[in-house]
Amino acid sequence: MKGMSLIVQKIAQIIAPVIFLFGIYIVVHGHLTPGGGFAGGVIMAGSFILQILAYGQILPRLRREEGGLEFLESAAILGFLVLAGIGLLISGSVVFFADFVNKGAIGKVLSAGFVPIENVVVGAEVCAAISTIFIALAVFNDEVSK
Amino acid sequence: MEIYLIIMLVLMILGSFYSLNARDLLSAVISYGVVGFGLVICFLLLQAPDLALVQVVVEIITLIIMIAVIKNTTKEEIQTKFSPQSLVYLIVTIIFTLLFLFIFERMTGTLSRFGDHLTRMSTAYIYGASETHSANLVTGVIFDFRAYDTLGEATVLFTAVIGVLTVLRIKGKKKEEQE
Repeated sequence: MKGMSLIVQKIAQIIAPVIFLFGIYIVVHGHLTPGGGFAGGVIMAGSFILQILAYGQILPRLRREEGGLEFLESAAILGFLVLAGIGLLISGSVVFFADFVNKGAIGKVLSAGFVPIENVVVGAEVCAAISTIFIALAVFNDEVSK
Repeated sequence: MEIYLIIMLVLMILGSFYSLNARDLLSAVISYGVVGFGLVICFLLLQAPDLALVQVVVEIITLIIMIAVIKNTTKEEIQTKFSPQSLVYLIVTIIFTLLFLFIFERMTGTLSRFGDHLTRMSTAYIYGASETHSANLVTGVIFDFRAYDTLGEATVLFTAVIGVLTVLRIKGKKKEEQE
């Protein structure tokens, strides 16, 4: 996969951070507005994919990114399990996903117990997973053709 | 509102038929996109913005990946010749389709009309979700007392990534690369 023209690269450079920021907004406000971990994570992965499509593959760098993304993905899903386990411990071995964080007022960003924390964890997991799949398709295709 | 829904469904069915019969694989993928984006509009008409958001994003990413695959491989579809064996497949398909339509008709006759819910679970969900103090009830449901399901979904994604890496990685990681 080669990179695209200078115009596409410049536009991607301007647009990609905004898309990433929008993904973070969707994840953090998941308990207030439509969206949540899954949608926001895929939007964040979309900003990565836009950059890879625009700039082409710079192989050594992509390979390094892939290692980090794999680590992030595994850590995020482990964090989700740890959250469930803490709930299990605090509720006295009754409920697996027991809500152990103080619930605030409805409509605030910091409210709804541990739902925002779970949103962030799932968002990181989905973003890392989708980006890893795309980077794997880009990197390993080039390795085969060599 | 129902008439818009019917128009969208007819468009989606036409798009899927075209994508089955298209000569060019690229136009098949694009007409497959009609199905996905039509589904987005259907979700919006049925007032499910959460699902619509997920669907539009996933649809875009899937289309990008499929177009990248077509650009790297071939546009031509492999044509298969008609053989007597495929006649048997066709007859079996028609028989099973009629059978499933018959069963579907018998089963759905006993249900209530689409949209009228009489399950007691829906009330329990609405009151339970308001107890989680989450303004978005859908997130309140899927991340609080259906969080076990969400764990399963995340595990499915994780397994998919491991599968992709296992299939695609032909050369193993070298030790000096790991640092």
